Amino acid sequence: MTSGTAERPRARALGWVSLGLGVAQLVAPKAVRRLSGVGDSRTSKVMVPLVGARELVHAAGLLAGKRTGPWAWTRVAGDAMDLFSLGVALAHRHGQRRMRLLAVTGAVVGITVADVRTALRTTQGGTMELTAATTVRKPPPDVYAFWRRLDNLPNFMAHLDEVRVTSDRTSHWVATAPFDRTVEWDAEIVDEVPGDRIAWRSLPGADVPNRGEVRFTPAPDGVSTEVRVRMTYELPAGGLGKLLARYFGEEPHQQLDDDLRRFKQVMETGEVVRSDGAPWGKRARHEFPQRPAQPLTREELDQIEPKGALV
Amino acid sequence: MRAVTWAGRNTVEVRDVPDPVMLNSRDAIVRVTSTAICGSDLHLLNGYVPTMQDGDVMGHEFMGEVVEVGPGVDPARLSVGDRVIVPFPIACGACNACAAELYSCCENSNPNAGMAEKLFGHPTAGIFGYSHLTGGFAGGQAQYVRVPFADVGPLRIESDLTDEQVLFLTDVLPTAYMGAEMCDIQPTDVVAVWGAGPIGQLAMDSARVLGAAHVIAIDKEPYRLRMAEQAGYTVINFDEVDVRSRLLELTAGRGPDKCVDAVGLEADHGSPHVRLYDKAKQTLRMETDRPHALRQAILSCRSGGIVSVVGVYGGLIDKFPAGAWMNRSLTLRTGQCHVHRYLKPLLQRIERGEIDPTRIITHTFPLDEAPRGYEIFKHKQDDCEKVVLKP
Repeated sequence: MTSGTAERPRARALGWVSLGLGVAQLVAPKAVRRLSGVGDSRTSKVMVPLVGARELVHAAGLLAGKRTGPWAWTRVAGDAMDLFSLGVALAHRHGQRRMRLLAVTGAVVGITVADVRTALRTTQGGTMELTAATTVRKPPPDVYAFWRRLDNLPNFMAHLDEVRVTSDRTSHWVATAPFDRTVEWDAEIVDEVPGDRIAWRSLPGADVPNRGEVRFTPAPDGVSTEVRVRMTYELPAGGLGKLLARYFGEEPHQQLDDDLRRFKQVMETGEVVRSDGAPWGKRARHEFPQRPAQPLTREELDQIEPKGALV
Repeated sequence: MRAVTWAGRNTVEVRDVPDPVMLNSRDAIVRVTSTAICGSDLHLLNGYVPTMQDGDVMGHEFMGEVVEVGPGVDPARLSVGDRVIVPFPIACGACNACAAELYSCCENSNPNAGMAEKLFGHPTAGIFGYSHLTGGFAGGQAQYVRVPFADVGPLRIESDLTDEQVLFLTDVLPTAYMGAEMCDIQPTDVVAVWGAGPIGQLAMDSARVLGAAHVIAIDKEPYRLRMAEQAGYTVINFDEVDVRSRLLELTAGRGPDKCVDAVGLEADHGSPHVRLYDKAKQTLRMETDRPHALRQAILSCRSGGIVSVVGVYGGLIDKFPAGAWMNRSLTLRTGQCHVHRYLKPLLQRIERGEIDPTRIITHTFPLDEAPRGYEIFKHKQDDCEKVVLKP
């Protein structure tokens, strides 16, 4: 199973930049001072390693942290500090060293722009694109036909409560949003080639405008189908957007991965597999800890949806 | 019902838990007549397998009588009253892994596949009573157990063989047999087996059945080596002699042609400082597994030979002798056993008397005495080799 989103790699890349700068400033502060033009004033001798240490903090957050958003903002704060220090240094340097400092300042301004853009995208509304793929041991026409019956989707997609087919090309979707809110929208199929692909998008007026596409390709084994899904959400900038961003959490693609895993289970075995530790089917609450791996009580069994689970 | 439950590191307790219920349409409920404690249960007990929770029902070696069958199970395949043995990996029978007979890598049977994927790169099958990483399925050291995909795994036992004769088809016998089979044994082969526990003993039997010229057992427990010796194998006590030198002597300098690691992640070592080194790193979580048997097998195996690993590893190891492995053209083969593959052929071997798995049973306790069984098995007291529990 593969999946991906766009913003994390960008934040990660900035993390690596921080790591490089930080190590250089700590290991070879002299060379950094000479190259950047700040020279070896007493202030700069103190400042360069300090800035280096700060870069390592950014790097740690961006590379090891689970939520890159806040860490991307720490880089922006660091940029502001650097620009201020460079301003002070510029006022006291002349000639070639001033030219070098100007060049460094220009570079830092560029980096600041990149940082602000990444930080904005990681923490606010915007486009979220998720991709995931799986291989199902059924021929493409079967897999396509199952997906094309859109009311099948809530069987395996965790956040979908209901998809009601309203005409040949249109449908009404009801989904659970965080904190028991529901969002609804109408969608239309915009492109389809039987046995090959289906593309849909929400109609104007959706709370969370979204579009999706699923492609079915014959796998090299001649028996199976490669299923590739791409979902795009336009997260609104207001409260709902923030809620959704938090709901999708640190690994937004995980949900789509899990949805496809269940899709594969339903296609290949007929239902979503349940265990005593994880008896909730698609309503899996969290990965770990779960309930203990011991049989359910009657009361717990009654809470499982669909009722009795054996339908 | 009564069930053996994990109650924190180093503790198992027999507790009252609810009777199992069916959660999927292809489930069956089995009344357990015999179950056993496996060496890998000790890894759970000792806290080396992550994602165990207080209250988890243990046990993946069990057999019994079908008392309830879900509506999705073909009655021709399984019905109430059948006497069955149940393979420890849960397999759906329909995914690409199952189609390739790689049942322990089933792509659908683990509801916590996302977790396994993070640790192992790809998901692995659900396993009974073996942590939440392998699905969070309640195990079979209990009076009753829920068996998912009951139309795929369970094998009906229609002959009058005793429980003891067929119980080990659930895990130890096929695991041991696969360990020997992966060695691609030739009539001229000397096969060395690290570990003379239940898997090791049966791997030696399997190597002999598959035609090995000579089989060597490596362990340090005198009673386990005695058991191997009585079965006709050459033994090496690693507490008394240097294993590599002794192997070179026994094979006139060639080294064993095929090696089986039937030890896994909690290996002991004759040399106290190597043991201390691995134990310290394991305790500090700098490596999760103590791979000494594997290292020694790789270094001892003759060039071009096969090292077959059926001992359990869970995470990361350190000081892996990649140089010896690569430069001497060794083949490393491994896997959690694909039990389903071996059920019928091994049942036939038992029926024909070619393998007698009962020879490893040293203790039989009622289920309520399971904690004592774990205790003596773990500490190798009272010459304990294999404990069978009767619910």
